[in-house]
Amino acid sequence: MIEIDRLTKRLGDTLIVDDVSMVVEAGTIAVVVGTSGAGKSTLLRMINRLIAPTSGRVLIDGQDTMSIPEDVLRHRLGYVIQGNGLFPHRTVAGNIATVPRLLGWDAKRIARRVDDLMTLFQLDPAEFAKKYPHELSGGQQQRVGVARALAAEPALLLMDEPFGALDPVIRNKAQEDLLSIQRRFGTTIVLVTHDMEEAFRLGDRIAVMDDARLLQYGTPAELLTRPAGEFVERLVGTTERPFRLLSLTKVKDVVEPGTSAGQPLDAATNLRDALSHLMWCGRDTLPVSDEGGALLGRITVEGILAHARQPA
Amino acid sequence: MHVSPKARVARERPGFLALAFDRLGALVALMMALALFASPFVTYRPNRIAGGEPRGLLEALPALAGIGILGLMIGIAFVAVWLRKPLIRLTAASLGLALLLPAIGWAARFVSPATNTFARVSPALGFWLLALALGLLLADSLTRLRFGPWERLVSLAIATTLLAILLMSGAWDDVSLVKEYTARAESFWREAEQHLFLALGSLTAAVLVGLPLGILCHRIPVLKSATLQILNIVQTIPSIALFGILMVPLGYLAATVPLAFAIGIRGIGAAPALVALFLYSLLPVVANTVVGLDQVPALVVDAARGMGLSRRQQLTQVKLPLSFPIILTGIRIVLVQNLGLATVAALIGGGGLGTFIFQGIGQTAMDLVLLGAIPIVVMAFAAAVILDAVIDLTSGARA
Repeated sequence: MIEIDRLTKRLGDTLIVDDVSMVVEAGTIAVVVGTSGAGKSTLLRMINRLIAPTSGRVLIDGQDTMSIPEDVLRHRLGYVIQGNGLFPHRTVAGNIATVPRLLGWDAKRIARRVDDLMTLFQLDPAEFAKKYPHELSGGQQQRVGVARALAAEPALLLMDEPFGALDPVIRNKAQEDLLSIQRRFGTTIVLVTHDMEEAFRLGDRIAVMDDARLLQYGTPAELLTRPAGEFVERLVGTTERPFRLLSLTKVKDVVEPGTSAGQPLDAATNLRDALSHLMWCGRDTLPVSDEGGALLGRITVEGILAHARQPA
Repeated sequence: MHVSPKARVARERPGFLALAFDRLGALVALMMALALFASPFVTYRPNRIAGGEPRGLLEALPALAGIGILGLMIGIAFVAVWLRKPLIRLTAASLGLALLLPAIGWAARFVSPATNTFARVSPALGFWLLALALGLLLADSLTRLRFGPWERLVSLAIATTLLAILLMSGAWDDVSLVKEYTARAESFWREAEQHLFLALGSLTAAVLVGLPLGILCHRIPVLKSATLQILNIVQTIPSIALFGILMVPLGYLAATVPLAFAIGIRGIGAAPALVALFLYSLLPVVANTVVGLDQVPALVVDAARGMGLSRRQQLTQVKLPLSFPIILTGIRIVLVQNLGLATVAALIGGGGLGTFIFQGIGQTAMDLVLLGAIPIVVMAFAAAVILDAVIDLTSGARA
């Protein structure tokens, strides 16, 4: 768990981060969004003390970060940046092994960890371990960047626009991979982005920053249904609002009893994709099945639309 | 009409021996023509400092050999002008040199009268022009072949070995330059060693001081501009003037501090030469260290900090390895520069191969000048090739 407590950064007369407090629960993803210059990167970099706060403090599992030597602190926190910052003179394996080596792990343990991570990120160790970063595609480099950050099994991962340099198709894939890895390890993640789509896709909670201040920190649904002020409302997108709301709910939560003709929909699909599918098929209703293929009931356009409505 | 892709490719590609005019080749051929038809091949002198009589290629060798070499050289000139395949050009140039270098030894033996042991036969303009033209052709074909670092090192090793064999076989024993060497073999090796000591010693000192200084300059911007400005000024002082300037403090040091005198510090000799070369070496080493460290991408440094590398670890594990090729470039500049500059040390009693050059100038004995100059050129050339290869090897993996 990370507690950010009245964190402030001032440079001369300019406030970069102004009195921000927020709590990120263990095992969840908090996404910090905002326009460029809003102070979100600075906020992130104050967590691993790459930037020293002017006032306020950060507690990790109740321990003040200022009481931990900064190198030790950073070994415990994974750090991923835009454009990944891989070391060009080290191989993929060498890059991933960076922090375990600093921590003095024995060679066997490092080799095993590197192997596991490469496999997890779909980079065949036999093919990629000895390659240099410039021999990889952008997507592969990005995966190595995340693998490197996870190498020493950090409980907490800090990500500064990690997918900013990727094209949309690869970015989607990278986001999916991140979600599945986060679920698998239960890693707590703080991720900075300016992409709202990404924020809604990844965030358990979203923090909206503007002009150094934290305007709202809440679940995606809260941001959509009860935006704290005009800026948040504009940022979440007034025309996108109903669709984003739909994307937060799964089909299985809206299943109605009954049957219907047609190819069954997977219960894990979100309502936005389900609606899109219904519209494309030209149907009002479709059956719903679970992973195993057992029919659970049906879903209707009307039932879906009810979830896109502004709450009373 | 159907044309198979294979046939089309074959038609578009120039044939192996297709003729195509080459401008550099034309220059090479022009030099060769001048050498063969308008210049003496060797100069004959009854003794070491007497006036010389020029001898053309056909007068300097037995008739058949002379005509044979003439014909082959014309053939090589043709290759240089009309054939563009680098491998053919390389073969032609190598063949030419393999012929020319022993030929000069043969000519010396042929021209020297058996009765006069004082007679000197030295290579003349024609020989030098031919060697230059063939060397140019060789260098050009090597460049076009884009050899990798290992191939260049092997080429250098082969060339060195062949030269050594030629020298030791006695084929050149009648050439004036080698006679000059035989007469003073002992002092030649002593001065060559001294020359290397001056060049490499000052380089080592410059690296030991310059590298940490460069790192400091990288960390402290104020120090950087001040240091680089001072070193720039030092670089503009002419070498002889710098030797002169250093004589005063070093002489004073030797006279007042017994320890300094005991370790060999004097107003003249090797000490001021070493100090001057060291001072000249500092700028390239410091400047390249600073530039190398400064050009490490900020993103990479940020990632290194973010992962918890300490300042020392950032330097040793990330910044220095990434700036190594640039630092090595600085060292290459210094080494080649010092091998040349160390020549001047002879003027203030510092020894080195410059001794022969200045003696030779004093006695108007060109052979003696060359005895000093040629090894210096060869050493500088070899140092450049070796360090270039090392630079390529260190930056190759991440190019």
